[in-house]
Amino acid sequence: MKSRKVYVSVVAEIDEEGNKKPMSIKWEDGRTYEIDKVLEVRRAFAQKVGGTAVRYTISVCGKTTFIFEDEGKWFAESRI
Amino acid sequence: MERIIIHSDMNSCYASVECSLNPSLKGKPVAVGGSVEHRHGIILAKSEEAKRCGVKTGEALWQAKQKCPDLIVIEPHFDEYIKYSRLAHDIYARYTDRIEPMGLDEVWCDLTGSIRAFGSVRQICDEIRTAFKEELGVTVSIGISFNKIFAKLGSDLAGKDEVYEITKENFKDKVWCLPVRAIMGVGRSTGDTLLRYGIKTIGDLAGCDPKWLRTVFGVVGDDLWKYANGLDNSRVMPDGYRQPIKSVGHGVTCSEDLVNDDEVWKVFLSLSQNVSKQLKKNSLEATGVQIAVRDNQLITKQFQSPTEFATQSAKEISETAMKLFKDNYSWGNNVRALTVRAINLQKEDTPFQMDLLSDFVCHERQKKIDDTVLAIRDRFGSDSIFNCCLMTEEKIPDHNIKHTLPGKMYK
Repeated sequence: MKSRKVYVSVVAEIDEEGNKKPMSIKWEDGRTYEIDKVLEVRRAFAQKVGGTAVRYTISVCGKTTFIFEDEGKWFAESRI
Repeated sequence: MERIIIHSDMNSCYASVECSLNPSLKGKPVAVGGSVEHRHGIILAKSEEAKRCGVKTGEALWQAKQKCPDLIVIEPHFDEYIKYSRLAHDIYARYTDRIEPMGLDEVWCDLTGSIRAFGSVRQICDEIRTAFKEELGVTVSIGISFNKIFAKLGSDLAGKDEVYEITKENFKDKVWCLPVRAIMGVGRSTGDTLLRYGIKTIGDLAGCDPKWLRTVFGVVGDDLWKYANGLDNSRVMPDGYRQPIKSVGHGVTCSEDLVNDDEVWKVFLSLSQNVSKQLKKNSLEATGVQIAVRDNQLITKQFQSPTEFATQSAKEISETAMKLFKDNYSWGNNVRALTVRAINLQKEDTPFQMDLLSDFVCHERQKKIDDTVLAIRDRFGSDSIFNCCLMTEEKIPDHNIKHTLPGKMYK
């Protein structure tokens, strides 16, 4: 299944150590999704769309998915 | 205590990074090639699939396309390669602070002190390989040994995403049967000379009389003998170590062949601006200038001479370069590429002995002019002031790629 890179707006909380915790994502169609939980944060290869970035494994509406942060820009993998 | 050194080499670095950035390229013959318009149209790196079609690094794009019509040629993205190199460095830094880079994609790590904290060397290498795949989407070959030379040889012998170990016990069996050119330090020229003397394998080299090697190759002969016998004891330098600068150079492949001295002069003058700036930045002065001239038959010749004074001046460097060129180049062929290097460097303001005949006042005046020009450029930008004759120069490409790559091995 083909995927494409979708850049998204993210509302994040940044603590005094500089750690970022994404709170919600605004998708390209304007819909906003609250992030229930951040399950894991690590650098990872974005296998579906390519490139390397800090990967946040998140839970949204009970589903586990990824968003990536690459030098200040956030993106997600979207199915075509 | 026996040292534990690894040498890690990112497989087909540039091509792998391109495939990591664009996964649809995976499994296809991919090559990273320079710009044809700027006459850099050669293969810089190729994927395994392209390699299987016979594509070689350094050959012209049209030759590669003939061998592999489906070849996908991509322009290089050096910023991405530097980013991947930095991230790779972060992976190694999890295990040691003794990290010595060689180029963007190769590195030596001294793991002697890391084993107790992280387990066996094999375990660390496996973790590194996994981290590269999971975090960067590229693979590495790793060589393990007790010195840097055999570690490097190990990574050359290891397949893609594999580890190869050369120990004190097995190096005679594993290494000595290999062709002499396989060992680091033996390039084309040294290899040819060794072959002329009947030295075909690393074992043959190890068995040579070191005194004889010294007479043929000078101090390099000592190194080669040590390398072949597993006696290299050079350190892996600490993270962040920078080797002292031995020369500062700048070169360019012209957008069209240069056909007369006037055109060559303009290129030398343009290149010397950059050399001068780098000398100033590093508080160094040149006491010699070296030029490299590549003609349109791709034959390169190098010439060098001392300067009258230790200098940072673009004018004095370019004038010395031009004199060298006029004295040595006979214009049998037109000129394709030129390089100017400031050599035999010393710290600026090193005391020196004046003589009666040289015009030191003129040199001092030139120094003041150069300082003023540099101050103007610092304040208003590099194009704010330049030599009038360079205004009409169309054969110097305006793309200026400036990347400092980690250089040679520390000995």
